[in-house]
Amino acid sequence: MSRHDTSDLIFRRVLAAFPITVLIIVAGIFFELVYSSLPSLHKFGIGFLYHSIWNPVEENFGALPFIYGTCVTSLVALLLAIPIGVGAAIYLVEYAPVKVSRVISTLVDLLAAIPSVIYGLWGIFVLVPFMRNVVQPFLGKYFGFLPLFQGPNYGIGMLAASVMLAIIIVPFIISVSREVIAAVPFVYKESAYALGATRWEALSNIVLSYGKAGILGAVILALGRAIGEVMAVTMIIGNDPKIALSLFSPGYTLASVIANEFAEADFPMYLSALIEIALVLFLVAIIVNILARLLIWSVTGAQSAEAVK
Amino acid sequence: MNTNGRIEVKNLNFYYGNYQALKNVSMTVEPHQIVAMIGPSGCGKSTLIRIFNRMCDLIPSTRVEGKVLIDGKDIYTKDTDVVSLRRKVGMVFQKSTPFPKSIYDNVAYGLKIIGIKDHRVLNETVEKCLRRSALWDEVKDHLGKSALSLSGGQQQRLCIARAIAVDPEIILMDEPCSALDPIATARIEELMAALKDEYTIVIVTHNMQQAARVSDKTAFLMHGQLIEYNKTTDFFTNPSNKITEDYITGRFG
Repeated sequence: MSRHDTSDLIFRRVLAAFPITVLIIVAGIFFELVYSSLPSLHKFGIGFLYHSIWNPVEENFGALPFIYGTCVTSLVALLLAIPIGVGAAIYLVEYAPVKVSRVISTLVDLLAAIPSVIYGLWGIFVLVPFMRNVVQPFLGKYFGFLPLFQGPNYGIGMLAASVMLAIIIVPFIISVSREVIAAVPFVYKESAYALGATRWEALSNIVLSYGKAGILGAVILALGRAIGEVMAVTMIIGNDPKIALSLFSPGYTLASVIANEFAEADFPMYLSALIEIALVLFLVAIIVNILARLLIWSVTGAQSAEAVK
Repeated sequence: MNTNGRIEVKNLNFYYGNYQALKNVSMTVEPHQIVAMIGPSGCGKSTLIRIFNRMCDLIPSTRVEGKVLIDGKDIYTKDTDVVSLRRKVGMVFQKSTPFPKSIYDNVAYGLKIIGIKDHRVLNETVEKCLRRSALWDEVKDHLGKSALSLSGGQQQRLCIARAIAVDPEIILMDEPCSALDPIATARIEELMAALKDEYTIVIVTHNMQQAARVSDKTAFLMHGQLIEYNKTTDFFTNPSNKITEDYITGRFG
């Protein structure tokens, strides 16, 4: 065996160790979560997922309020963040002068680097009063006929948390969408223009249709972040395990109940139930990712497979 | 026969920033002729055809001096409607650029964006254009399939169908065959000869044999200058300019 073969082999083995390590870590986390939540899994069974009582004193645990809170806040955050994020990305790539685009893009990337506890603090002192004094009274007055915008107005609650999450994930969507839109070959835009398309038409039906896989990817990244966000949400969602249709009402999410109650979980079943919450969060994150990936494939699968050909 | 589709270029200068890409070019393209533009890379031939449909507007800090008239109308006035100009002056690119849509929607695209929704009109136009671009027989049974599933040559003919669907007078082709094999190239060339009755065609090509085969007149550009512009038969057999002769006999380029 020559010197080259040996070094190549060692290099290959060493490299192979890295992805295997990742697999082992994921499997290890999953195993640990299942193992530690066994008592709770035994006691509550599948009912854990659809029972809405969370009563540590009586050792009665159901995860539904948290699942609900996580899903609602993440979805509302996406609804707010997607149009703003994609719109901003389009503006930065297609319309803004190069200098403006560069400055804003840098700021956006900085925004993504701000620790979420700072967002949370800002949320308590700025966003929550703003929601209480301006946004929620407005929504209640003009859209109060919808059950979403009824009930007492505390400022804190699911709507504030959703807005907070939207602010946190917008930079991700802008950043990735910007790259994706900029990567669409110029000649496709030219082709649309050559057929007499206006700028808006070239953008909306050519550029976005080329970029949709990438933009969906950005949205999934953002959704993952929203589902897992702890600090900023915990600080302003109200931390009340109840299921209310109104976005004004306080709620709770999977991630925040773990962070909030871990220190208080002073008997085994409580701890086990919290770990099962972590397991649920883990699975929700994985399922969302799988669904999203399937969605991307269904939108682009045939297309990209043929494009490669 | 429609007699529109005349291009007149008068003392045209074109700048990318400080770089002058075209120097004092004057030429006339008569309706229903095929004009080939040849010349070494960077000579300005692609730039020149992009001036005919104002595609060069898309590049920042460019400047046009001189006049370009299409059917006697200056296309560089303030009130020129660029969108309708581009419908009148279609374009096919070097790389085939099918949109990620079905074959049908690709051809119908130019009609749909101006708000034509009548299915009968759309169906008729799509069939007519695909027939004219000699693609109909190959795709008629799967118009709903993604345009990206076609071969390179088919994609390029689809782009031609898409360009003629908006009923232009002039079709600009920027090296339409440079990515195609000889058989697909031959089909495009046949197609050009057939389209000549309806449209004026200006083709940029790197391939001198292609220019000789397809065109009525040939223009030779170098360093942004129009060196020679003549009937294709005379151009290749009896060039009047020494540089042209050196170029077509392969002494450089």
